[in-house]
Amino acid sequence: MQNAIELKNICKSFPGVKANDNISLAVKRGEIRALVGENGAGKTTLMNILYGLLQPDSGTIEINGEKCEFYSPMDAIKSGLGMVHQHFMLFSELSVVENIIYGMEPQNSGFIRKKQARNEVIELAKEYNLEVDPDAKVGNLPVGVQQRVEILKALYRKAQILIFDEPTAVLTPNEQIGFFEMLRKLAANEKTIIFITHKLNEVMQISHTISVMRLGKITAELKTAETNTQEISRSMVGRDVLFDLERKEINSDNVVLSVENLNVFDKNNIHILKDINFRVCEGEIVGIAGVAGNGQDELIRAIVGLSDANYIFGKIELIGSQLNHDSIKERRSKGLSYIPEDRNSVGLALQATVAENLVLGNIDDPEITRKGMLIKEGIRKFSESLRDQYLIKTNNIDEEAANLSGGNLQKVVVAREMNHQSKLLIAEQPTRGVDIGAIEHIHTQLLDHRSKNNAVLLVSTELSEIISLSDRILVMFEGQIIGESAHDEAIEESIGLMMAGVIPQGDRSNVNEN
Amino acid sequence: MDNTLNLLDPIFLNSIFRLVTPILLAALGGMVCTRAGIVNIALEGHMIMGCFGGVLGSYYLKSAIGGVLVGMIMSMLVALIYGILRVNFGAEEVVVGLAVNLFSTSLTVFLLRTIFKVTGTFSSPDLKGLKILELPIIKDIPIIGPLLSGHTIVVYFSWICVALTYILFFNTTLGLRIRGVGENPEASKTLGISISKIHYFAILLCGAFCGLAGAQLSLGNVTMFVEEMSGGRGWIAIVASLLGQAHPIGVFLASTLFGFVSSLSFRIQGLGWPQEFTEMLPYVITLISLVIVYIASDSKLKRPSDEILKMKKIGTTNASLNLPEKK
Repeated sequence: MQNAIELKNICKSFPGVKANDNISLAVKRGEIRALVGENGAGKTTLMNILYGLLQPDSGTIEINGEKCEFYSPMDAIKSGLGMVHQHFMLFSELSVVENIIYGMEPQNSGFIRKKQARNEVIELAKEYNLEVDPDAKVGNLPVGVQQRVEILKALYRKAQILIFDEPTAVLTPNEQIGFFEMLRKLAANEKTIIFITHKLNEVMQISHTISVMRLGKITAELKTAETNTQEISRSMVGRDVLFDLERKEINSDNVVLSVENLNVFDKNNIHILKDINFRVCEGEIVGIAGVAGNGQDELIRAIVGLSDANYIFGKIELIGSQLNHDSIKERRSKGLSYIPEDRNSVGLALQATVAENLVLGNIDDPEITRKGMLIKEGIRKFSESLRDQYLIKTNNIDEEAANLSGGNLQKVVVAREMNHQSKLLIAEQPTRGVDIGAIEHIHTQLLDHRSKNNAVLLVSTELSEIISLSDRILVMFEGQIIGESAHDEAIEESIGLMMAGVIPQGDRSNVNEN
Repeated sequence: MDNTLNLLDPIFLNSIFRLVTPILLAALGGMVCTRAGIVNIALEGHMIMGCFGGVLGSYYLKSAIGGVLVGMIMSMLVALIYGILRVNFGAEEVVVGLAVNLFSTSLTVFLLRTIFKVTGTFSSPDLKGLKILELPIIKDIPIIGPLLSGHTIVVYFSWICVALTYILFFNTTLGLRIRGVGENPEASKTLGISISKIHYFAILLCGAFCGLAGAQLSLGNVTMFVEEMSGGRGWIAIVASLLGQAHPIGVFLASTLFGFVSSLSFRIQGLGWPQEFTEMLPYVITLISLVIVYIASDSKLKRPSDEILKMKKIGTTNASLNLPEKK
């Protein structure tokens, strides 16, 4: 069969890096191709070239055997490409129909044919089994549905080739199953699919073929049926990766964090957290599982002191001392450190240098400031030692943080917060958007923190991460803790059900029955 | 003079929309920019160009409508400068906005001296003002008649503009694209929409609206040009556009409120209240309305629900503990 996409000898350099080094890639019509690789391997660059957002230095693109040159996404769209971005390119204030037809509106001399547009969208949704309310405001829809809107948008533009950039990062386990079904249906409909991901189990589940990239080159082309995750990760990282983590047995009853009857009403007076009770003890990693948006953010913000809620009731204690009215600084000095989910705006100051980011929160240290003046030498020593200890890849600690890759930025946050040496570490999505090598490093750091008799509260939507790291797992659903599971009994399936709000019958660990 | 405040006096009623119109038109212009993602603070500058252009055109073309057109063109020329700086050179919009305001005010003073050889004020019997048009039937209805009828064509046109911008936003492809560009320019770009073109359209349309607003001031409300005669209406229009949530109907209501207060302030000035106080009124109302909008949108200031009150009463001490046992 003819190849739907054929990339030949694509090269693309940025100052100092060869992002794509002589890449050739051919994908057949109706094929699901997984494109895997660590952050910075050049996947995104390659897809941006294919989608017309970047132009290659050399090499050619052929779509259905025809040579194409894309100078903008419009050219790519015209050739039948569609891209579902990781951060959706949607208008949250506009309706589903308006989002889908935007730029290609059915019109009558400038006036939108609203009825026709609505019918077309309904037809299209029915054809591909992608259920959406055509009149809903996109901003009010759950992420899974927003993704459907993105896909419909591409299909409305008659896309034959669909590129998905980390599509499952935002989906619940159930939504994922639906999403995979939809991919298979699309492929059966002769659509060609390329999907970029970090998650190897997904690759094994859904793809027909796999291309692995490392350092700007394709290091392996594999048939999914004939390979395994070990082989893929070896081609990705260049060595074997530790999947099973070792943990030291610790049994302590010293409570580090205790949350009692926490009830939170957000800024619209909505009862966002309901009767939250739990404890985290020394030498324990407690994982909070749940689909994004079920109250995890509000819970963490209430503990850390970042909450903008109207009312917070209940008691939050850190090593026996009440936190409720403490400032963030007081909380940190009592022994709290925090790796926030949104590293770009909460965790880091991107415009500042790497060194400045590393000393943040430590500026009262006499080695770093004296009488309100910065001590350059002290800052340099401090940040260089952290850089070396946490393997942050930067040539110069005075480099602007924004220049670092996602994984390295996360290492900066992790280094700073770990170095804070606090009794309680709160880690929120610590490995989101981070490559396998860095994930391994961060996981080792978390376990290391635990083995020093400290407590870790881990929030992650990544179930496998929660299961492999946590001693106990709490599942949040609609602002409540609806279930609890110990490490040895953690079964992905039952937790997955709880995340969807289904409480297993007769579960002895169910909080509500204690 | 009558010593009481008669709000049904036909002269007072008639003055309301005369004062609403300049604010409304400029606010509609600001609204289009806001929807396209531009915070245009140069409305005041655009408006003064409209005032001057109106007088210039009317004087030399011997026609009030000609004056209105020249006013619109001059305002659009300044808008074009704004657009070049903002869109092509990517200059910071607050800086460009302030620059255009200062530039326009000074330019009109300069042109007044070089073209008409006067300072401060220009008026002349050759200056054609906009005619007052009566609306048949409506003019004979009490209260409504003097309120709605007896205005210049620009006043009537401003009402049509409210409807036209509504249709533009919610029924045309261009309007959808304007709203999209304002909300998520990145997404619009990936769908092949030229952000620069949409921005230019919004900026120039805003210029046209502000030019009309200015011409109504210098050829409708009075028939003369006075230095700095826009008198802060461009700034009030910005507030009206914000208060109206950048929605044509909302902007209409907000502008009407401000116009009404302005005419009211003239009215009570006539009752012997100190001028300093009455001139302050429109701005006081601006502040009060912003505070009201803020309060209405902040749920913390509303009465909390029974659930919250109950929890407040219980406090944290009496709450029953329900802790999971540690394994």
